[in-house]
Amino acid sequence: MNLSMKWLSDFVKLKVEPREFSERMSLSGSKVEGWEIEGEEIQNVVVGKILSIEPHPDADKLVICQVDVGESEPLQIVTGATNLHPGDVVPVAKDHSVLPGGKEIRRGKLRGVVSNGMLCSLGELGLTAHDFPYAIEDGIFVLQEDCQLGQDICSAIGLDDTCVEFEITPNRPDCLSVIGLAREVAATFQKSLTLHEPKVQRETGDIHDLLSVCVENEKLCQRYVARMVKNIKIGPSPRWMRERLRASGVRPINNIVDITNYVMLEYGQPMHAFDYKYVKGGKIVVRNAKEGESIMTLDGVERRLSPQMLVICDEEKPSAVAGVMGGEYSGIMDDTDMIVFESACFLGSSVRTTARKLGMRTESSARFEKGLDTQTCIPAVMRACELVELLGAGEVVGGMIDIDNSDYKPTEIILDPQWINRFIGIDISREEMVDILQQLDCQIDGDTIIVPSFRKDLEHKADIAEEIARFHGYDKIPSTAIRGVAQGALTEYQKFERTLTNALLAQGCYEISSYSFISPKYYDKICLPQEHPLRKSVVILNPLGEDTSVMRTTAIPSMMEILSRNYNNRNGSASLFELANEYIPVDGQELPDENPVVTIGQYGASYDFFTLKGVVENLFSVLGISDLTVQAQSDIPYYHPGRCACLLSGDMQLGTIGEIHPQVAENYGIDVRVYVAHLHCDALFNARCGEKEYHPLPKFPATTRDLALLCDDDLPVQSIEKAIRAGAGGLLEQVDLFDIYKGKQIPDGKKSIAYNITMRSADRTLTDEDIEKAMEKILKKLAEIGASIRS
Amino acid sequence: MKAALEAIRQKILVELQEVHDTQTLENIRIKFLGKKGELTAILKQMGKLSAEERPVIGQLANEIRAFMEEHITERTAQLKKELTQQKLKEEKLDVTLPGKKGSIGKKHPLNLVLEEIEEIFLGMGFSIATGPEIELDYYNFEALNIPKDHPARDTQDTFYISDNVLLRTQTSPMQVRVMEKQKPPIRIIAPGRVYRSDAVDATHSPLFHQIEGLVVDKGVTMADLKGTLEIFVKRLYGEDSVVRFRPHHFPFTEPSAELDCMCFNCHGKGCSLCKGEGWIEILGCGMVHPKVLSNCGIDPEIYSGFAFGMGLERVVMRRFNIDDLRLLYENDLRFLNQF
Repeated sequence: MNLSMKWLSDFVKLKVEPREFSERMSLSGSKVEGWEIEGEEIQNVVVGKILSIEPHPDADKLVICQVDVGESEPLQIVTGATNLHPGDVVPVAKDHSVLPGGKEIRRGKLRGVVSNGMLCSLGELGLTAHDFPYAIEDGIFVLQEDCQLGQDICSAIGLDDTCVEFEITPNRPDCLSVIGLAREVAATFQKSLTLHEPKVQRETGDIHDLLSVCVENEKLCQRYVARMVKNIKIGPSPRWMRERLRASGVRPINNIVDITNYVMLEYGQPMHAFDYKYVKGGKIVVRNAKEGESIMTLDGVERRLSPQMLVICDEEKPSAVAGVMGGEYSGIMDDTDMIVFESACFLGSSVRTTARKLGMRTESSARFEKGLDTQTCIPAVMRACELVELLGAGEVVGGMIDIDNSDYKPTEIILDPQWINRFIGIDISREEMVDILQQLDCQIDGDTIIVPSFRKDLEHKADIAEEIARFHGYDKIPSTAIRGVAQGALTEYQKFERTLTNALLAQGCYEISSYSFISPKYYDKICLPQEHPLRKSVVILNPLGEDTSVMRTTAIPSMMEILSRNYNNRNGSASLFELANEYIPVDGQELPDENPVVTIGQYGASYDFFTLKGVVENLFSVLGISDLTVQAQSDIPYYHPGRCACLLSGDMQLGTIGEIHPQVAENYGIDVRVYVAHLHCDALFNARCGEKEYHPLPKFPATTRDLALLCDDDLPVQSIEKAIRAGAGGLLEQVDLFDIYKGKQIPDGKKSIAYNITMRSADRTLTDEDIEKAMEKILKKLAEIGASIRS
Repeated sequence: MKAALEAIRQKILVELQEVHDTQTLENIRIKFLGKKGELTAILKQMGKLSAEERPVIGQLANEIRAFMEEHITERTAQLKKELTQQKLKEEKLDVTLPGKKGSIGKKHPLNLVLEEIEEIFLGMGFSIATGPEIELDYYNFEALNIPKDHPARDTQDTFYISDNVLLRTQTSPMQVRVMEKQKPPIRIIAPGRVYRSDAVDATHSPLFHQIEGLVVDKGVTMADLKGTLEIFVKRLYGEDSVVRFRPHHFPFTEPSAELDCMCFNCHGKGCSLCKGEGWIEILGCGMVHPKVLSNCGIDPEIYSGFAFGMGLERVVMRRFNIDDLRLLYENDLRFLNQF
């Protein structure tokens, strides 16, 4: 909402700089976004009168003017304009003047003739013909204003208003008006608010002889007020009205249209004017649109209407979309002779839905959709008629049609000063509270507050507390500490998340943050078969685009996407992780499951399957997850079938780890190997061992033995290690694999594996005999799985 | 003999002077003091001495032995020192050569700052709550006093899953979920992802993060809200931060406010960072609307509370001077590496 300070001064007398004005209004709740001082950029441009015009000796298209700017000598100015005559009064940009946009004008020579400045067009002053309808746009602006020679142009043409832009919150549609803001200004600066009751001097005839109104949908049309004007003389509105409209960001059109806009800005009540000769049958019907109906709106667009939309019709067809925009055919034209002013109140939600459906948000719909006051309809239409008289734009027809379905009763709220003081944490008197509320046009009747009709946002004593607090001043509320005992702590799961993050950071992984929505095509990119259950995602009905149209059921594509981006940005290697949610729809559940996972992704020279596995093993060690089983897995579509494993603790699935299938890597434009782990946080949380226990440091020496084994090549190392552990029993301290060998001296299909085995007892030094016994058992266990000592 | 002993004394002094390594020094010790050393050789001739001479020479021999031992020890220490000096000199490094770095990972800047904010609130006795991102319309809007067709819904363009289910547009639904489950006193923050259908540009993203806060108890006042959030802002932005509370509107708080911080750049004069206002909007807050308390089964006549919410991205961008929000979700290592 743009507020003209000149307009404001009709209601509140105030002398204050824009900066202080803005600051104080913001602090009382009407947030100022900025302000603009009209003509601020224009400097040293004055009113001048053309004394003479002579041809330029060396240029056919230029003329030399002598211009009186109220100084002792006339100024000589050369111009190319062709619309000038001696005696014309024009804007003169003198030597060293500045025009909008910072354009500087200097004395100079044009084809050898001195020119002491420039004569200005409307455009050069930042104006259009809408601001001065008598002037032309392609020529010098010839003034028809009452002004002095040498007078500053801004004051001469009224380009000296200050316009303040407010951000109005949706609960305050009353502040989308000059009067509404004036009320806030008066309360903020503790000035009196001067309101004026609009009156019509002369009325002829009776509206009821000319017009009837029928409201068919009483729910959507809470009130419909109509008045008429005849003998209309369409023409430009006066300068003061055009200036105020311009300052408010509204383009002046003609007197009648300008009056409707002026009243809307002043009262916050959207108005519409119909050309009576196009109101067929002299009948206005407010009803829902019929199936298949359409209307050409004022902006020249044919709009298809649907039955939920409320329309204003004549006998035959719609002539306006209620609260949104009028129709073209019943609009005001130069030959309009008689008009109907509509001042109505339509249900906000209905206007909102209609405007959205039609894809058109107008000044009118933006006000209606917030819920307007049925009690403003009459003052607004009266003001319109008053302005018609003031402007001499026509004769007001007597009487008024008023169909009021609103059943309005003022809201009453108990004034409870004690509760308010306690709630806000202040201590102010009842008197001060009453003063504030009265400034806001609330009436106080004993302990009852009678809320004015335009303040629909005041419903509860908390709303009253806010009014008191903001005019008392939020800055005067003390700052105190919350009382009572609080126990702020991380939950076990939150601690686990932090441990997990730190364990991965410590291993050189960088944390990433990716979008939770993906394109369904990403499932193709990771080669999921068509019927794969992970393809069943939560689908967004109104996505921004396909790329962000479903909620991911797996965080793998997100990780791949980011690895790919880094690869394409020529980052030579990457080791990344993310704590991400996966969204899994569940039959019979309104909300899907949101499962937290951690994904780890790596590519680059220093990474392979086992570096990633090492990261995961370290992570498990930090979390205290023991009893880990690694199972080769060959059927996960996005993993290399020979380089993928499933990780379990007991029978609990912890996740998967592997090299990304080369096809998937190729789909992401990565032509190096990529390794990804995908772990379920809930499983990790359940498998972890929260408590750590100290084991005494060894008192007796350890004994080590090396063991070189021969076995089938496809025997997993994990089972050999298990056999060694089982064989050695309690004495085993550590098993380290230190060599795997295939090739010369080893038969085809076999491999040689070498281990270093450490054994120790907590209560004695082991004897050779102990060791031999243990080794025997180990070899026996190894033999069971087909591994024997390499001879 | 006496002369011979005295000669050894002189001789060892000369030889010790010329020793420059430990092996030679050891050889000298053996040569003079060893079983087959010179002193022993001389002492072997003690038998030839008279009874009167013997104690005299014996004493002299002991004296010389002590003398030699003392000088060898002294020289040993000296030599060790010299050798150490020498070694240290040889081991001199060009300390300006680059360090050998092990790999170290870094937190995403969003989580870096989030954790800092969490720590501040944990320190003030808050716990951390979580809730679903795919949420019921009821929790995201209805229960927060934003019925269907409420104009406030327009300012939060919502992604819908069905008529009833949506991607939460704010972290505020977690307030309702917490109040339904937990009876006062309540003191929580609830960080998380939120979604609005804003096209991606330098300052907008369809996905971003908010941090919600909620305090409910008997006798909680707006003054408590001010006190708590002032402490928070000072912890986050520094003790010298200047804040102001400006009235605003949120459907689920009444009274409502926005908290502004005096512009860090121009200190209130107005600059490009604060768009000439001198203040930067930090968060929205207010007293929990009595209707919201009632919706959650908490009696507003007995309890009161305050709530606040802030966008994490803006805090992060200001903290690190990041001018393009997209960088946070691109996750380029050259970016992640800087934090």
